[in-house]
Amino acid sequence: MKILVPIKRVVDYNVKVRPLSDQSNVDLNNVKMSVNPFCEIALEEAVRLKESGAATEVIAVTVGKQASQEQLRTALALGADRAILVESDTLAEPLVIAKALAKICEDEKPHLIILGKQAIDGDNNQTGQMLSALMGYSQATNASEIKLSADSADVTREIDGGLQTIKISLPAIVTTDLRLNEPRYASLPNIMKAKKKELNIINLSEMGFDTSIRTELLSVELPPQRAAGVIVESVDELIDKLKNEAKVIS
Amino acid sequence: MKILVVAEHDNSTLKGSTNSTIAAAKEIGSDISVLVVGNSCSSVATEVASLDGVTNVMLAEDEIYSNFLAEDLAKLVESVSDEYEYILAPATTFGKNFLPRVSALLDSQQISEITEVVSSDTFKRPIYAGSCIATVKSLETKKIISVRSTAFDGVVVGPSEAPISNVASLDSLNISSFVNEDLAVSDRPELTAADIVVSGGRGMQSGDNFHLLDSIADKLGAAVGASRAAVDAGFVPNDYQVGQTGKIVAPDLYIAVGISGAIQHLAGMKDSKVIVAINKDEDAPIFQVADYGLVADLFEALPELDSKL
Ligand SMILES: Cc1cc2nc3c(=O)[nH]c(=O)nc-3n(C[C@H](O)[C@H](O)[C@H](O)COP(=O)(O)OP(=O)(O)OC[C@H]3O[C@@H](n4cnc5c(N)ncnc54)[C@H](O)[C@@H]3O)c2cc1C
Repeated sequence: MKILVPIKRVVDYNVKVRPLSDQSNVDLNNVKMSVNPFCEIALEEAVRLKESGAATEVIAVTVGKQASQEQLRTALALGADRAILVESDTLAEPLVIAKALAKICEDEKPHLIILGKQAIDGDNNQTGQMLSALMGYSQATNASEIKLSADSADVTREIDGGLQTIKISLPAIVTTDLRLNEPRYASLPNIMKAKKKELNIINLSEMGFDTSIRTELLSVELPPQRAAGVIVESVDELIDKLKNEAKVIS
Repeated sequence: MKILVVAEHDNSTLKGSTNSTIAAAKEIGSDISVLVVGNSCSSVATEVASLDGVTNVMLAEDEIYSNFLAEDLAKLVESVSDEYEYILAPATTFGKNFLPRVSALLDSQQISEITEVVSSDTFKRPIYAGSCIATVKSLETKKIISVRSTAFDGVVVGPSEAPISNVASLDSLNISSFVNEDLAVSDRPELTAADIVVSGGRGMQSGDNFHLLDSIADKLGAAVGASRAAVDAGFVPNDYQVGQTGKIVAPDLYIAVGISGAIQHLAGMKDSKVIVAINKDEDAPIFQVADYGLVADLFEALPELDSKL
């Protein structure tokens, strides 16, 4: 069984992102970039399935700028067998990314595609579902458990009301939630080995579909800032403030 | 401008997220159709028909829609989408599951989780866990939009009843099926709808200790929430999680106990009207967004608070 894991290069989750001074975009100058945390979880799941014998090959793929090779190397160090970069000069929108991934799926014919439920830059939560619709594959989003069999998978999903389990027939798309697993760290020997693994580059513009922008970014600003609060000295003062100043309890 | 809103419900009652989505639709235009898809859910259609701003209701009932599986739901939405310029759904796990499929099927780039309608093609939405707000303009002729419920005050019952028509169901794609569900049952208000939310973090130390919060929540008529760390540690189930990847809440009062205030947690609660933080570390970032901060050991502060309320 072949597993495809699409990943994304994003700002590290510890970075506090701010707008550029002209508010034209976010300021990404000299900030640390990482593999999107949800993609790390996706990759970890795929690698574990390979280690357990359920899968035979794990392919990491990203649609992004040239610098995304760095994140693909990380994926290779974490256990992916080979990697594909679909290179684009600009940051592609989710539908374009999904279309590029669909092309890769047509070539590679994976049985399972595991990807993060959202990327922590745009917080869109779209790509997996779009890819699934484009391919006509089944989907299970927000997975916290995957039980794989030969031609189907039982996936437990985190939904607003609690947990839901569905059965999806393969080939299928699964998007990961935070509690699916705890990703490992890459070991030094594996980082060295990853340098020699296969990494192929395809150009997005040569994939044969329209990649033009469908959403224009007009501006980026800080959210409204909250006025500074006060430190209360005691529980009594807190209750008094909530009752008589904020008037939120009676 | 014809707008289609896809309703969220549980086959018997409408979810408040739908009322908020209709409110967002009203800021775009006045011709609003609501599609109710489910199984034996005509009572939901009747409920929607009474809401302010709704022009007409379409009802599709079939067993295959009982559990709102994304593949079949998206296909049905696509089948009725022709005449609409806008398709809206709540940005809840329900809407997030199927709406991007509709977007792909109709080849129109979706705009996720809007918090403001600036004009008919321009919207505001949080990015980077709410660290920044982007203003984006959709160049699509058919706009597909998910709506953050807490950003729009839900519509209430209006002066007239909208007509209800039936929509034919389609054959199931038969590529996925429902196995089972483990839904939380609670006498407390729902987290996203509650006026007061009391949340606990890693500082609570155990699931048992959450009873300290439960008791206060019951006195205040509040819902109980949690940080990711508390959910990951198994103190409480996943549906308690507030934050970037959990639930977005904006109650009148949010009380964060033993929560440090990571940006991913703030993303889910910083639009609350009044925020209280109880934490023993005076440097915890949560105090930067708190209106009232109490630097204290929660194991002393909570019993005292409970006894004095
Ligand atoms: C991709 C991604 C998505 C995430 N999404 C979310 C999300 O949706 N929601 C979320 O909450 N987090 C999310 N996180 C995790 C987030 O980064 C933090 O790790 C998490 O919020 C920390 O939870 P906490 O504040 O409970 O724990 P900690 O940061 O460990 O804080 C515990 C706090 O309790 C205080 N404390 C301890 N003991 C006591 C005591 N006796 N009395 C008083 N105070 C005490 C401590 O001083 C400390 O401030 C996400 C992370 C990533 C990478």
